[in-house]
Amino acid sequence: MDYLVRFVQLHESFRKAELEALADLYGINMDFLHYDQYTPHCIVRLPDENAARKIAARSILSKGIYELWGSGATYAELHQDVKHRTSNLWHLYRSSSFKFEIQAYQAKRSLAEQDALIQSFRYTGFEGPIQLKDPEQTFCIFEECQWGVKEPTQVYLGRLVTGSSRPILDTYTLKKRKYLSTTSMDSELALVTANLTHANPGKLFYDPFAGTGSFPIACAHFGAMAMGSDIDGRAVRGKHGVNTLTNFQQYHLVDRYLDGFIADLTHTPLRTARILDGIICDPPYGVREGLKVLGSKDGGKKKKEIHWIDGKAAHLQSHYIPPKKPYSFAAMLLDILEFGAVYLVDGGRLSLWMPTANDEEVELEMPMHPCLEIVSVCVQAFNKWSRRVLTYRRLRDEDVKENPPTRQAKQEEGSTANDLNSFRKRYFEGFKEPPPPMKEV
Amino acid sequence: MKLLTVNFLTCAVKGCKGSAASFPLHFEDAELEQREIGYNPTFLSNILPRLDWDAITTTALELGFTNLPATKPDGSFETADEHKVMRDLHTLLMETEVVQGKMVCRNCGHAYQIKEGIANFLLPNHLV
Ligand SMILES: [Zn+2]
Repeated sequence: MDYLVRFVQLHESFRKAELEALADLYGINMDFLHYDQYTPHCIVRLPDENAARKIAARSILSKGIYELWGSGATYAELHQDVKHRTSNLWHLYRSSSFKFEIQAYQAKRSLAEQDALIQSFRYTGFEGPIQLKDPEQTFCIFEECQWGVKEPTQVYLGRLVTGSSRPILDTYTLKKRKYLSTTSMDSELALVTANLTHANPGKLFYDPFAGTGSFPIACAHFGAMAMGSDIDGRAVRGKHGVNTLTNFQQYHLVDRYLDGFIADLTHTPLRTARILDGIICDPPYGVREGLKVLGSKDGGKKKKEIHWIDGKAAHLQSHYIPPKKPYSFAAMLLDILEFGAVYLVDGGRLSLWMPTANDEEVELEMPMHPCLEIVSVCVQAFNKWSRRVLTYRRLRDEDVKENPPTRQAKQEEGSTANDLNSFRKRYFEGFKEPPPPMKEV
Repeated sequence: MKLLTVNFLTCAVKGCKGSAASFPLHFEDAELEQREIGYNPTFLSNILPRLDWDAITTTALELGFTNLPATKPDGSFETADEHKVMRDLHTLLMETEVVQGKMVCRNCGHAYQIKEGIANFLLPNHLV
């Protein structure tokens, strides 16, 4: 069966990755039949309604999922498709209470126009009462329009299966959080990251740069047991009677806060064992200093020369880096990946936030580790810079190849790298062009 | 700090990681508190295979808990007996917290402070 996902039109490069992560988490086979980053409507094929409900109910970047009743470039085409696809279903809903909605993307419809559009579906023969609040069935007409053009370029009809997890953003918004710092990850992307990393009941998650606990809270929301640490003791202890623990109390998640402690990732007190189901990291890189801490102009070139010995970065074995001494961002990223390789269970995930480019607009390489396979790359753009979250999966030892994959090979692996390239192009063009108009299906 | 967490922690000194004497860390002047939290059998049975049972036994004895099973439970909670074992484990691992005290590495002798339930694993210069 085909379903329409109504995405939000922001954080575009995260949308597909979040849905794919959730499908993977639940072991559901999902195919994208239509996806366009410039529109909020996406069509997926899923085994059944239950699968659709599971995936969408947890997603943050969708508003809901709809059984697809039809699509077309015009209303004439849509009506034809609806009759073709669903005439055998109409009797199921003949006596249900129902309502129709219209969601016009980049357009507005007057009430009279809306009414006329809704009436045009009368042939479905629904006889149940129209009920605006909590009807048994909600049907939605989706319109995509180009700016300034009245007639839509694409229309859909869908039957609502479920809304998403988006309403929880109101609970977790930083505006209402009691213990915060200027670097706290915004709750929306923290929750999306928890989805990318497969936070789920029964699992143990760890954030080694926990700060005020944005990621541990997001993971706990989805049922995981969360543990955090930070090199900054003040962040862990909090102040004025508020701290990470009181944040968990605020959200009634104390049952899923394992502990917070003060530690440095390069001298971790965790015993060497595969104990973690997920790791989320947003390591410090000094945005407020204008990304200058990211390294010298040729930092990127130097990094290519890192050697791998027995699956470990050579510099990790030969050098010792004292914690207070500044060490390069690239070295820290490799330390994080090595940490992930050592502590994650098979299939466990690591999500790592990092800037896309340094102060010289040289793209920072995506760090690689032979034990970790990259699953997705998502980019968040700001005015003058951007950052991305890389999500990795810990391979089983027997699947680890002797030589780590080269960067070249990784770039050729499908959509993630392409998304990034188009983003990078726009990044270096200074985002001057307006987004192109919506593409045809 | 919960006793479950203690089972995941060892000395932060790199040279100590390979030494059997560094794990578990040993408590001195530990002040304990019981704090009730929701029973989570899904988590417990998922995490059981990752626990070092000998270390848990050592830690529990040091802190005065003597009625631990001799071998690691298999994580099932079907029968009443199994259910009770898991409940007891929950109480010990999830509801027992060290709020004040020290954890000492028997390899290098360093003592890590615990204050208000938060342990500090940052190393002094001579140990890094
Ligand atoms: Zn030691």
